Amino acid sequence: MLGTIRQKAVAARSLSSQVLENDLMRLRSVASVMRHYSAGTKEMTVRDALNSALDEEMAADPSVFVMGEEVGEYQGAYKITKGLLDKYGPERVVDTPITEAGFAGIGVGSAYHGLRPVVEFMTFNFSMQAIDHIINSAAKSNYMSAGQINVPIVFRGPNGPAAGVGAQHSQCYGAWYGSVPGLKVLVPYSSEDARGLLKAAIRDPDPVVFLENELLYGESFPVSAEALNSSFCLPIGKAKIEREGKDITITAFSKMVGYALKAAEILEKDGISAEVINLRSIRPLDRATINASVRKTNRLVTVEEGFPQHGIGAEICASVVEDSFGYLDAPVERIAGADVPTPYAANLERMAFPQIEDIVRAARRVCYRKSSIAASA
Amino acid sequence: MAFVGAKIKIIQPLNLNVHASTHPHSFTSNNNCKFTSLSSPFLGSTRTHTLTLTRSISPRRSAASSSTVVAVSDVVKEKKAKSTSNLLLTKEEGLEVYEDMYLGRAFEDMCAQMYYRGKMFGFVHLYNGQEAVSSGFIKLLKKEDSVVSTYRDHVHALSKGVPARAVMSELFGKKTGCCRGQGGSMHMFSAEHNVLGGFAFIGEGIPVATGAAFTSKYKREVLKEADCDHVTLAFFGDGTANNGQFFECLNMAALWKLPIIFVVENNLWAIGMSHLRATSDPEIWKKGPAFGMPGVHVDGMDVLKVREVAKEAIGRARRGEGPTLVECETYRFRGHSLADPDELRDPAEKAHYAARDPITQLKKYLIESKLVSEADLKAIEKKIDEVVEDAVEFADESPAPSRSQLLENVFADPRGFGIGPDGKYRCEDPKFTEGTAQV
Repeated sequence: MLGTIRQKAVAARSLSSQVLENDLMRLRSVASVMRHYSAGTKEMTVRDALNSALDEEMAADPSVFVMGEEVGEYQGAYKITKGLLDKYGPERVVDTPITEAGFAGIGVGSAYHGLRPVVEFMTFNFSMQAIDHIINSAAKSNYMSAGQINVPIVFRGPNGPAAGVGAQHSQCYGAWYGSVPGLKVLVPYSSEDARGLLKAAIRDPDPVVFLENELLYGESFPVSAEALNSSFCLPIGKAKIEREGKDITITAFSKMVGYALKAAEILEKDGISAEVINLRSIRPLDRATINASVRKTNRLVTVEEGFPQHGIGAEICASVVEDSFGYLDAPVERIAGADVPTPYAANLERMAFPQIEDIVRAARRVCYRKSSIAASA
Repeated sequence: MAFVGAKIKIIQPLNLNVHASTHPHSFTSNNNCKFTSLSSPFLGSTRTHTLTLTRSISPRRSAASSSTVVAVSDVVKEKKAKSTSNLLLTKEEGLEVYEDMYLGRAFEDMCAQMYYRGKMFGFVHLYNGQEAVSSGFIKLLKKEDSVVSTYRDHVHALSKGVPARAVMSELFGKKTGCCRGQGGSMHMFSAEHNVLGGFAFIGEGIPVATGAAFTSKYKREVLKEADCDHVTLAFFGDGTANNGQFFECLNMAALWKLPIIFVVENNLWAIGMSHLRATSDPEIWKKGPAFGMPGVHVDGMDVLKVREVAKEAIGRARRGEGPTLVECETYRFRGHSLADPDELRDPAEKAHYAARDPITQLKKYLIESKLVSEADLKAIEKKIDEVVEDAVEFADESPAPSRSQLLENVFADPRGFGIGPDGKYRCEDPKFTEGTAQV
C-alpha cells in the first residue's frame, strides 16, 4: 500500500530527528514550524505513541518494567521500546532468552508481588507458548485467591496478519483471549488509542492483553493536545464511534477500522450513511454502544481479521440478537478472515483477509441494494 | 559448608555449629559455578548414584563422624574435632519441626477421612511421607519469603503459617477458607503468608516462583529497598523436572542470579509413571550444574539432613549468590490423589520407605539424643490432634459462600479506570473525566 509506505518514510525521518528525552516539546515546535496552518493538531505514528506511553509510565512509576525478546539492546523487534534501555537501564528493560513460558511466568510472579511488568511478545502467535501463564496464573489468580492476589501485568505485542509472513505468524488472538474471564483485552487503532489504552493498561491492576497491529505501527494519526498530556488515559471497556451515520452500523477493531472508514466513504457516494464503531476493547465488550447504534441504524456488519468461527463478530451478533432483535431490519453480516490458515502467496493472502470492497459489498447486501456497476470484486 | 562425598548416595551434612560464612568450603567461595575448581565437589561430582533401594544408609548422623563420608578435607575434620556438641538442632527447633511434621501428617490423614465421608470433593493430593521436605525447608523461612507449590500444597501452606482452620475450610469449600472457597485443594493462596499458590499444571509454579525471586532482586536494585533479601522456594516433583518451563527457569535464575531454591520432591512416581521410565538421566540434581548453579541431592526422608541443605541453600540465596537446585529423595505413602488406586507401585518399595517414616525417625533421634522426653512429644501430638479436630469442626460449621460471591473478584478493578491514590476506584470520583478525546 503506497499510503502506508509513505507514512512509514515520514515516521522514519521524524524518529531519527527526535531526542526522546524532550521529544514532546520538540515535536510540538517542529510540527508547528512544519504546519503553519493547523496550530492545534499534530501527527504521531502509532509506534511513537506506544513508545511515549511506555516512557511516561516508566518515568512515573519505578515498579513498571519491560521484559521480552529484543526489547533492550535491539531497541525492540519493531522499535516500540526504542531508547528505553538507555534511559532506564537493563534492570528495567530486560532482554530475555527465547523462553516465552518462562518469562511470561516470571512476569506473573513479579506481578503477584506488586511490580507492574509489561511483557512483550514478539508477536502474539508466540504467546501460545505462554498461554498457560496468561490464562491460568494471571487471569484466574484474583478469583482463585478470592481477591488476595491481583496481577497488574500487561502482555503486549503485534497481533493478526502482517504482510506475507505465513500461517504461523498471522493469527488473530482477539477471540481466544476475549473469552477468558479475568483478562482485559484491548485493541487500539489510532495513535491516540494506542497512547490512552496502553497507559490505562499499565495502570490497571488486572492482567491486560494488549493486541497491537504491525502494519499500523508506521501509520500517522492526528493527536490532540489532551492526548499528549502524560496523564492521559482512555477508559477500558468503552468503544468509540469513529464516524456517525444513520443507515448501517459497522463494527471493527485495529486495522479494520481504517478499512471500515474507507468503506464508509465509498458507501457515502451511494447514499448509504455508515456508522463506524472502533471497538477499542474486546473484553469487556462495549455492548451498550453497539446495541444503541444498532437500534438507531437497524443494520449491522461486523468486521474482523480473525477466523470466523467463534470470532468477535459471532459474539457481537449474539449480543445484538439477544438485546436488540426487534430493531434489526436485516440479518447481521459477519466479515472475517477466510477459514483457512493464512497462505503465503500475495494474491491468496489478499483473498484470505477482508478488503475494503468486501465491507462495501456486505454493507450493500445488508441494505438490500444491488452492487453498483462501478464496484467490482 | 561443603557437600562432601564423591561416592556416597546421601549427602551427610556437617556440624550445625559451623556457620556457613566462616566455613572454608562454603558457598561464598569462588562460587560462580566455575567447575574447574574441585573444592566444591558436588558440582558435577562423579558420584555413582543409583536409585536402587538395596543400599540402606544410616539416615541420621550419629555422634561420631559418619563412616560413609569419603572425602573430607583436613580443615573440615579439624572443625569437627573442635565442636563440643554434635546435635543438629536445639530442643526448641526440634519441637517446632516435630510439631510441624506431625501437623502435616495428622491433617492429611484427616483429609482422607473427610474425603471418604463426602465432605471434601474434587481432586485431593496428599502429602503423607514427604513432611520432612516441607518442614525441613519452610521452617527456616521468614514471613516475607515466598513459597510456590503444586497441587500437593496443603502441607506447604500449613508449614508456612496458614492456619489449619483456613486450609480445612478451603477444602470443604466454605466461605471461611483461605481463598473463601474459590480456590480449592489445588489452589492455596495466602497473600499474608506469601504462599503464592497452589498450581494444577505441573511446572506452572516454577516461572511464577522465579518471578517472585526477580521481584526481590528488583526491589533491592531498582526500588532501592536495600535490605530486601527475600528468598523464594519452588516445590515440584520428579515429573516436572522433565518439563520445558523448568529448564527455562533454571537458565534465567542462574543467568540473573535470582534468590530462589528449586526443591525437587522426587518421590519416584508421577501418578503411575515411574521416574526411571520417564527420564533419560534420572539424577535430577545434575541438571543444576548444567545451567550454572549447584545441584544437591539429599535424603528427603530425614528432616535433619534436609534442614542442613536448606540452611545452606537459603543462606546462599540471601547473600545474593544465586539459585540452588536441591533434589530430595522422598516418597508418598498414599496414591497420587485420593482417586488413584495406586496399583503400580511395588509393595516392597512402599514397605521400604514406610520403615523410614520421617516422623518416626525424628522422634527416635530426639529421644535418643535426650533432647526431649516422650511426654513432650505426646503433648505435642495431643495438641495437634485437637487442632485438626477443631479445624474440621470449624469447617463443618462454616457457611457455604453466598451466591453473590460467584461474580466477585474476577477483576481487582472491574470497570478498568484504575484505582486512584485514595484507594477508591477512579470512576467513582466525581471529578474523573472519561478522556474520550475527539480529534
